[in-house]
Amino acid sequence: MDPGFLFVQFLNGLATASFLFMASAGLTIVFGVTRIVNFAHGSFYMLGAYIAYTLAGVFMEVAYGAVSFWGAIFLAAAIVGLLGVLLELVVLRRIYDAPELFQLLATFAVVLIVQDLVRMTWGGEDLLGPRAPGLKSFVVVLDRRFPEYELAMIFAGPLVLGALWLLFHRTRFGVLVRAATLDREMVGALGVNQALLFTGVLFLGAFLAGLAGALQLPREPANPYMDVNIIVEAFVVTVIGGMGSVTGAFLAALLIGELQAFGILIFPKITLVLAFLVMAAVLIVRPYGLLGRPQAESHAAARAGAGLAAGTPLQRSLWMGLLAFLLLLPLFADEYSLKLAIELLIFGLFAFSLNFIMGWGGIVSFGHAAYFGLGAYGAALLVHHLAWPMEAAILSAPLVAGVAALVFGALCVRLSGVYLAMLTLAFAQIVYAIAFQWVELTGGDNGLIGIWPSSWASSRTVYYYLTLAVTLAGIGLLWRFLYAPFGYSSRAVRDSAIRADAIGIDPRYQRWLAFTVSGIAAGLGGGLYVFSKGNIDPEVLAIPTSVDALTMVLLGGVETVTGPLAGAALLTLLKDFVMPLTLYWKMVMGGLILAMVLAFPKGLVGILGDRLPGLQAAPTGRERPA
Amino acid sequence: MSLLRVEGLSKAFGGFEAVRDVSFTLEAGERLAIIGPNGAGKSTCFNMIGGQLRPDRGRVLLNGEEITGLPPRAVWRKGVGRTFQIAAAFGSMTVVENVQMALLSHHGRARALFPLARALYREEAMALLERVGIRDQAERFCSVLAYGDIKRVELAVALAHGPRLLLMDEPTAGMAPAERHALMRLVSAIVAERGIAVLFTEHDMDVVFAYADRILVINRGRLIAEGPPERVRADREVQAIYLGSSVEAPA
Ligand SMILES: Nc1ncnc2c1ncn2[C@@H]1O[C@H](COP(=O)(O)OP(=O)(O)OP(=O)(O)O)[C@@H](O)[C@H]1O
Ligand SMILES: [Mg+2]
Repeated sequence: MDPGFLFVQFLNGLATASFLFMASAGLTIVFGVTRIVNFAHGSFYMLGAYIAYTLAGVFMEVAYGAVSFWGAIFLAAAIVGLLGVLLELVVLRRIYDAPELFQLLATFAVVLIVQDLVRMTWGGEDLLGPRAPGLKSFVVVLDRRFPEYELAMIFAGPLVLGALWLLFHRTRFGVLVRAATLDREMVGALGVNQALLFTGVLFLGAFLAGLAGALQLPREPANPYMDVNIIVEAFVVTVIGGMGSVTGAFLAALLIGELQAFGILIFPKITLVLAFLVMAAVLIVRPYGLLGRPQAESHAAARAGAGLAAGTPLQRSLWMGLLAFLLLLPLFADEYSLKLAIELLIFGLFAFSLNFIMGWGGIVSFGHAAYFGLGAYGAALLVHHLAWPMEAAILSAPLVAGVAALVFGALCVRLSGVYLAMLTLAFAQIVYAIAFQWVELTGGDNGLIGIWPSSWASSRTVYYYLTLAVTLAGIGLLWRFLYAPFGYSSRAVRDSAIRADAIGIDPRYQRWLAFTVSGIAAGLGGGLYVFSKGNIDPEVLAIPTSVDALTMVLLGGVETVTGPLAGAALLTLLKDFVMPLTLYWKMVMGGLILAMVLAFPKGLVGILGDRLPGLQAAPTGRERPA
Repeated sequence: MSLLRVEGLSKAFGGFEAVRDVSFTLEAGERLAIIGPNGAGKSTCFNMIGGQLRPDRGRVLLNGEEITGLPPRAVWRKGVGRTFQIAAAFGSMTVVENVQMALLSHHGRARALFPLARALYREEAMALLERVGIRDQAERFCSVLAYGDIKRVELAVALAHGPRLLLMDEPTAGMAPAERHALMRLVSAIVAERGIAVLFTEHDMDVVFAYADRILVINRGRLIAEGPPERVRADREVQAIYLGSSVEAPA
């Protein structure tokens, strides 16, 4: 490798770093002030690219030149900034005090909605933008050519950093932003108009995202996947840098940019994984990132979570009825309904396992797909490569997932709140990346096919009964654990970790155990899932699978035992009936999530429990009359 | 050998010395009060003894055994129960379940997977609630309890494993004067009948002088006076800190 090549690679790393920084700066600023992890930041980035594409087309048609080009870029960024204001006014403002889960889901709902809006407006094809006038050529360094535009971009990142520094140190707005990042409640105490500050911060954050997306246009075409791709990378950068720290984001971007530039030479296969490994490594050493600090404890009174009630007679008879229905279902259901029922049961177990740690343990996992998917892949790989029979493969699925949950969980439970959610997401992405990139083992993008049940279970009806027995056993066990000392300990840690620790319960250890149990159950669901489908691909490990599980819990009600089951049923049925009817399913789903978060945060079962006290003796501690 | 022996305990927060070189002992059966103005370092002392904070320097010995820097759960296991300045209870559980939780942990069954928690150690928990006077609140959720009652729940929880030492950080904060005396009478009775010791802090000087056998005064992290109530009351420096108000004329 000659020095010229290495130097160009170094420059490439710098350019990547510049982009990563610009794409992440807004995310970290918005988090610092509002404490919301804004998934929609990726949407802003994508909108920046698309809007710049349209504007540049028009402007350069009118007058070709640098002014038109840069005018389009900055106007696009400004428009996106205004969209950020819109988001703040319509959505964020209502959820600043909501639990993390609701915040994450609400902003993800916006991602879904924007994806469909973009597809409606610009179609699904890649749109290649114009090159920057005056920067179309190459410079020669050490006998190698390096694009001028990339060179310019190397300077753009530090320029933005400098501009932000000036903004934060030389303007009243900036000083307030810094103060709010240190202590949000202090700003309220200073008598600052907090609403205005937050709106301003969203403008700034969205503007930066839009700018980064627009600047990206001459390098890569605008496409409908760029939102999720960039948000995942931006998360990594912000988390490594320390959420809320702009300088930290800059350092992290440099680290990741160079890592990618040189990592691709050394480990061409695991570039995707590399960034997440670095992130995990950094978080293990510095749980709050390079320059981050622990979130100041909220001074607000702790929320009382849900309690557990003994079953009522009405509940018991309802359950008996449901069980009878499920047992008799094959008598009157056709093949298709049975297939649907199988799916519904599996997702019921999956969602239940998620809420086992989330609702009842206060651990918001944004990467639960990892354990479901690892169960599925574990089983599929054993069948595919080692020709194991179905029975052994299904039994191994929870083990594979459980081992992963044991390892990942040990690292995750050191953190709490949003950091924990981001780390669980990171681990899920690592697993996803491995499944995607390790083609020899996993079949890569295409996945593995021909994973069918043993012959005795090959009829739909038998597989249905198998699924019913296994999922009910899994759900039943988890259910029992909730009412046993184990579940009480989890809840104790959720309610007050300091009190739990002072009566001999190690909060971290308890969370770790619960996390592992949950992973085992999710993996069991995954094992059943793969044989019901006959094939598997990396999608099962991707973010949408995690979001599905979260949405099920949200739909049914976080603070209920049965909510996740009802939510799983509802979402599975909705998907089945509504998805074929619309081109814009994501918009439906996004709208649904937003409606739940904003209007019905207690979920279906929670609402029912309030209306029909006999149905759910839901003793959410806080509402019970004195 | 003293039940509790604290030697040269110190803690700084980012250069600010919250507690500096505090030493004292506490004997079984004794009620020892730490007093001092807001921010004096009282809670920091409690947290270093209870394991919530790791001291920068100094040692904590329980019955001669070093417990310095152990995590809270280990300190608990050695026989220390505590309450917090800001009462900490499990809001989603009923009063009796809070106490049952502590009993489950004490009996090593906090992670049992199959028995129904509600049914375990219930009688024992009810007896403790009876002892602290809130048996009638047993089935109410902690999140809806009056603050004074939560403090009593905390006391019952702290007593569940039969501790040798009770740490009570402002046990009567937020209570009306009559209730304060009732609670401290209760604590005194428990200390006497069990032969245990209590270390407590309190801003109400009436309460301190009525129920402490001995008093430690700290100011800006330093121990400035120590002794029986009469002597502390007569101390010049202490009087200066309290501007002569409640120290000179306790009711
Ligand atoms: N975690 C912390 N980080 C930084 N400073 C702290 C921390 N905990 C306490 N302090 C500071 O240490 C000093 C002593 O605090 P401490 O809580 O021990 O006081 P206290 O005597 O219990 O006061 P009060 O009567 O108000 O409860 C205070 O100035 C406080 O601001
Ligand atoms: Mg205090």
